[in-house]
Amino acid sequence: MTHLPIPKTYKLFIGGKFPRSESGRSYTVETPKGEFIAHAAQASRKDARDAVVSARSAFTSWSNATAYNRGQVLYRIAEMLEGRTDQFVAELVRGGVTEKAARAEVIASIDSLVWHAGWTDKYAQVVGGANPVAGPFFNLSVPEPTGVVVAVADQTSSPLLGLVAAVAPAMTTGNAVVVIAHEGAPCAAMSFAEVVATSDVPGGVLNILTGSPSEVLPWLASHADVNALDLSGVRGELAVESECSAAETLMRVVRPGRFRATELSFDRIGAFVETKTVWHTKSLA
Amino acid sequence: MSFLDFSPAPESTGVLNLRSSYGLFINGEFVDGHGDAITTISPATEKPIAEIAHANAHDVDLAVAAARKAHDTVWSRMSGTDRGKYLFRIARLIQERAREFAVAETLDNGKPIRETRDVDIPLVAAWFFHYAGWADKLEWAGAGANPQSLGVAGQIIPWNFPLMMLAWKVAPALAAGNTVVLKPAETTPLTALLFAEVCQQAGLPAGVVNIVPGLGEVAGAALVGHPDINKIAFTGSTAVGRHIARTLAGTDVALTLELGGKGANIVFDDAPVDEAIEGIVRGIYFNQGHVCCAGSRLLVQENIHDEVVEKLTRRISTLRVGDPLDKNTDIGAINSREQLDRITALVNQGEAEGGVRWSLDCDVPTKGFWFRPTVFTGVSTSNTVAREEIFGPVLSVLTFRTAEEAIAKANNTPYGLSAGIWTNTASRMLRMADELRAGVVWANTFNQFDPASPFGGYKESGYGREGGRQGLAAYLTTEGKR
Repeated sequence: MTHLPIPKTYKLFIGGKFPRSESGRSYTVETPKGEFIAHAAQASRKDARDAVVSARSAFTSWSNATAYNRGQVLYRIAEMLEGRTDQFVAELVRGGVTEKAARAEVIASIDSLVWHAGWTDKYAQVVGGANPVAGPFFNLSVPEPTGVVVAVADQTSSPLLGLVAAVAPAMTTGNAVVVIAHEGAPCAAMSFAEVVATSDVPGGVLNILTGSPSEVLPWLASHADVNALDLSGVRGELAVESECSAAETLMRVVRPGRFRATELSFDRIGAFVETKTVWHTKSLA
Repeated sequence: MSFLDFSPAPESTGVLNLRSSYGLFINGEFVDGHGDAITTISPATEKPIAEIAHANAHDVDLAVAAARKAHDTVWSRMSGTDRGKYLFRIARLIQERAREFAVAETLDNGKPIRETRDVDIPLVAAWFFHYAGWADKLEWAGAGANPQSLGVAGQIIPWNFPLMMLAWKVAPALAAGNTVVLKPAETTPLTALLFAEVCQQAGLPAGVVNIVPGLGEVAGAALVGHPDINKIAFTGSTAVGRHIARTLAGTDVALTLELGGKGANIVFDDAPVDEAIEGIVRGIYFNQGHVCCAGSRLLVQENIHDEVVEKLTRRISTLRVGDPLDKNTDIGAINSREQLDRITALVNQGEAEGGVRWSLDCDVPTKGFWFRPTVFTGVSTSNTVAREEIFGPVLSVLTFRTAEEAIAKANNTPYGLSAGIWTNTASRMLRMADELRAGVVWANTFNQFDPASPFGGYKESGYGREGGRQGLAAYLTTEGKR
């Protein structure tokens, strides 16, 4: 029996839903040999702004979720990804890598999610703590999530692992994320959105845009309701311009080259937290 | 003479042994500057104190070169133990010269001697003592594996706590093995130059600390734009912070910023009211309100508004405004005419927008820059005095009914440096502390500082922390970080 395959329509992932770009635009995704794979949604300024609104509204509940709960949700993403390993391997292979490399990338992505899942309820204990101040005060420092983080996934290779490396550190501590996927290989990113959508991640905690970073990023870097910008996947003039825009609202910026997608980084988690210090008077009265 | 009148109790300036002029401090020596020298004045009397050399871009070049050489050949190679010993020496020298520093700071800045003597200078010594102990323990700072200095740090500090801000910047930088080029504020260079003498007395290797007084747009800009700087640490206005962040875009210069604030001081109806009144006063009238983390927005629960305002104005009426060198003075001079003009303009705008102004009815000296402690009631969240950082002794009072409303109002600002909570309900205090988007939350206290306690902002109040191991991390690089 033959089956005529049903190709998937790739859309955006905003607020837990899969809308097309409001602009109605799409672009062609091809294999390295120039064969047609699919159309991806070409995200617009409006899509980017919608994603920020979704992220902001999701931030409160995600940052207030217990660390144990966030850990289970991140672990759930790893479980869902594990179950669809073959699909992701096939998608990556169509993008031009060997099956061996594709499988290694999917496994590394799964392991990254498990690693980050384990950090959720340990990070605050490791970097925070009591401060021995010279006075009758209870004094405690804790890390809190920065807020809405915009990230650009690696644009040169590893379309799945680069995406996971860009979003997992920020999500670990309770940030909400808007990420721009690998422009040339967006299919794995949008399939990852399906994984996220079935992993109990509250809608809006992770929003994935496909399209051109050079078109979309300037709107996000100058968005007053964005708190941090991870430029790891950006190079050249666009990175400098984005950092300049981010300066207007004192966004926290991760510059290109600081972190590698293939490395698990404790410091990358710390790039999107704020230390809060609470003093309280001690007294027997 | 009423019971509120005190005979004058001036602190003697005899402890000072000031020179008539001060040069820049570069490579361990006082040298001439190539900018236009200025005369620093006392804001309480407008009398000149000393002539201060100003640095231009060439001088900044020399200072950075001296710092680079000292970093690469001496300071970063020295054992942490020895670096620590130099910092301990500095801490002790500050303690030994504490009264002299307090008098000099009060003279140059205009803040009361009571504060420089009891807060500023003791904290300066404590900061150096704290970070001295870190110098040989960097591996335990939690910054990561194999911690190393960043290199040469350019540091630009404000006029509100001149020597204290120097200590917050210099102590962790040196402990981590960096060398520094520090630009003090234009109106308050004096104690930084006395600190240069302390560096000489401590035998600190030449070039480890360089001090370059000058204009922000000249010396400050040259420092920020210098190609051989590895780190900029800035405390000051959000506008200048933005400018620095833009300037450094696309470079690999590390940056920490401690900027403005519009802190909410939240008083619930179950608060210990008398303590709260003291905390409100400490929150906004400490240091003439020239405090980035000041509790400049009082959020008081609606049902106790009248009681709190009545007790507050009664308490403010006992504050003594005047000669900062008088040991009984609570509120000293505004630091500069420029700042006085800014406060005056914002207060006038607050009145024009319908705020009800109350100012302490008291005499102030005829010379110098003075602003009477002021309270605005009937303020709404959209009013200028509820939104803009005034950086003066001006409190805006707003009300709330529920904790949720207090949180919403407190967080309704682009800033996020400090907040205060006054309540005797511990569970509510802890939940409020969770919800407030501010880097420092004081509960049933306000304006406490300690070298072991990280300080710094959320949102447009800047990034990075000063104090504790978090403050040390701002001057370290580790494997995997860069």
